[in-house]
Amino acid sequence: MTILAKHAGYRQAYDALLAHGVDPLNVRFDSVLSPTEGLWNGRRTILLGTNNYLGLTFDSDCIERAVEATRGQGTGTTGSRVANGTYDGHKRLEEALADFYGREHAMVFSTGYQANLGVLSTLVGRGDHLMLDADSHASIYDGSRLGMAEVIRFRHNNPDDLYKRLRRLEGVPGDRLIVVEGIYSMLGDTAPLKEIAAVKRETGAYLLVDEAHSLGVLGRTGRGLAEAAGVEADVDFIVGTFSKSLGSVGGFCVSDSPDFDLLRIVCRPYMFTASLPPGVMASTHEALKKLRAEPALRVNLMRNATRLYDGLTAMGFQTGPEPNPIVAVTMPDQTTAGVFWKMLLESGLYINLAVPPATPANASLLRTSISAAHTIQQIDTALDIFADVGRKLGFLQSDRRRAAGAL
Amino acid sequence: MRDDIAAIFEQVLGRPVAISDDTDIVEDLGMDSLGVMNFVMAIEDFYDLSIPLDRVAQIQTVADLIRAVEELKSGTAA
Repeated sequence: MTILAKHAGYRQAYDALLAHGVDPLNVRFDSVLSPTEGLWNGRRTILLGTNNYLGLTFDSDCIERAVEATRGQGTGTTGSRVANGTYDGHKRLEEALADFYGREHAMVFSTGYQANLGVLSTLVGRGDHLMLDADSHASIYDGSRLGMAEVIRFRHNNPDDLYKRLRRLEGVPGDRLIVVEGIYSMLGDTAPLKEIAAVKRETGAYLLVDEAHSLGVLGRTGRGLAEAAGVEADVDFIVGTFSKSLGSVGGFCVSDSPDFDLLRIVCRPYMFTASLPPGVMASTHEALKKLRAEPALRVNLMRNATRLYDGLTAMGFQTGPEPNPIVAVTMPDQTTAGVFWKMLLESGLYINLAVPPATPANASLLRTSISAAHTIQQIDTALDIFADVGRKLGFLQSDRRRAAGAL
Repeated sequence: MRDDIAAIFEQVLGRPVAISDDTDIVEDLGMDSLGVMNFVMAIEDFYDLSIPLDRVAQIQTVADLIRAVEELKSGTAA
């Protein structure tokens, strides 16, 4: 017996995959060549699972700004902003985010995960009520455990269930904070935000939206689902990440709450961790400028996403409820999913294998994420590889993609 | 209350179950975390209440569950 023996159940599930030669946790790329290609096992492989929605990781201006900032200000801040001070880059990035969202305040965190830990554990405290969608990301659940508020879970994307639970709290003191995500990271479905905003208004709750996967993806100017749904005025707090559309790492929160800056002296995941290095802030700031200046990125992204979604759906694969830059195919079981995933990789296509308990309804998923930087040719190659592996594993009775005609 | 709970178990698990106060919900009924969540939500609907996550974590046996529901219904939750 070791101290870790308590987790043996997870080892068993992992070993079962390893027994089929599937090791999703040890994919080692020899090198990454571009936002859409890597070298794996000496072979050029299409990257279709990296959340690199706008494909800005190799943008020459973003790289240049990062290099300049690194040369000028060093590789790291070596401490928190509380201890080591705020760099010009922190302040300018926060101002740029506030300006982009049209909000009074913005605060930058060292990761998106920490943004949720910090904001959720601080906005609500003992005697308050945190209303979480049941399919929330791990960082939201972990944030809820770091704080002292009572945590109530409502059925995924179900405003009526949320309303019912808020009604049950009538007369009970304490603030209520509703937390939903713009695009859910496993199936790519969006929250019914108009309806949730209506529940928020009627019950006097606060509303926080995590736009991690929808920043730069949804909305007329790329601000996310709140913009797309036309309910930004109802959203009290927006949380997001730099590690997807903005191509770096870090997290943020924006709000019009007048005393927002209180967070800077009470929010522990902000105060007790090293702040972002100058190079990361500089490339992120530049990527945000690109996001604003180049709406064509979003057009390309949705074109690619729709093409992949329509193609997979036409082949008869079970996809999520709507075409978004996350497209997931539901597999019958974990082993089949693992074998399918491995065959895709060996055919030159990298995607994510997503298995319980990280998935909704304990589904085993082949999860893809699409980039504006993918060419139509790459999307079609990905579809061909899916069709080929699908046929080999007996999923496709006939080649329905061709029958569907020009997609 | 125990009969109602047994009926909800059967509905969620799709098979008949025999329960007593000592029945361990995870061990004896073979429920995974998703099964527990669906079961808790069915209980919440039936009794028109919400069981906060920290209370869910404390519930191991049927007797624990009955106590939690009774306390939440009477508003004396610890």
